[in-house]
Amino acid sequence: MKARVYVMLKNGVLDPQGEAVRHALGSLGFDGVDGVRQGKVIELDLAEGTTEATVNEMCEKLLANTVIESYRVEMG
Amino acid sequence: MKAAVIVFPGSNCDRDLAVAFEQAGADVTMVWHKDTALPEGIDIVGVPGGFSFGDYLRCGAIAANSPICQSLIQHAERGGYALGVCNGFQILTETGLLPGALRRNAGLKYICRTVGLKVASADTAFTSGYSKGDVVNVPIAHHDGNYFVTDEKLAELQAEDRIAFTYTDNPNGSVADIAGVVSKNRRVLGMMPHPERAADIGHGGTDGVAMFRALADQFMLA
Repeated sequence: MKARVYVMLKNGVLDPQGEAVRHALGSLGFDGVDGVRQGKVIELDLAEGTTEATVNEMCEKLLANTVIESYRVEMG
Repeated sequence: MKAAVIVFPGSNCDRDLAVAFEQAGADVTMVWHKDTALPEGIDIVGVPGGFSFGDYLRCGAIAANSPICQSLIQHAERGGYALGVCNGFQILTETGLLPGALRRNAGLKYICRTVGLKVASADTAFTSGYSKGDVVNVPIAHHDGNYFVTDEKLAELQAEDRIAFTYTDNPNGSVADIAGVVSKNRRVLGMMPHPERAADIGHGGTDGVAMFRALADQFMLA
């Protein structure tokens, strides 16, 4: 089974990389991009029966730094 | 003073930090990240700069979960001292021993140059060799030194006089110009600038020496 973890900087934490991407899109002529937030996707290949609670624990302990990042888990 | 300096795969300031401790009179032991215990009787643990584990996942995240860091946490919880520089600061925030987190520099560039640091608190074993308000010149070399804390935590740090150093000219976007903070018991310091790279006339500056001397004095008295 697989799980996918999305890690993003929390709202309110400035994302300088996202800002740089937004500027680059603007300079390419893509108007109307009001904001860009850049995060990461982590795919986990898991033993059958691994629970979402376990994946949440992985996020809390390692995959995300909850001081500045939020995460979302998709199972299956 | 008995010091231990932790070495992770990718550490590159471990020997510089050891030399700075030695020049202040310390007996230094290098400790490998896979070791599960610190040597007996260690006064202070140095967590060096570098790129532990290639900065994979997040700077310091993998190192913070290495076996030796459990001993480091226990050492700090017993009231032991620790000094984290650069990647070491990132590691200390990842272990939770220090508040906040280090983000990508606001200008997105890796910055390697000497900066002015203002001593914001001289009331720590690390900074007692300076006076509050002193400006010292110490090099920085980082890509992820943009310190973040919530407004509430910042107010707490300010109220408890836990900001050790601020930048005179903020190079990386850090909240409130913060360059280094101490733990609640004032015995763990994390800072992005490298005092061990300003510890010999050959470095082009010696403003970092006062930190290592003050630590040595502290443990001589104890």
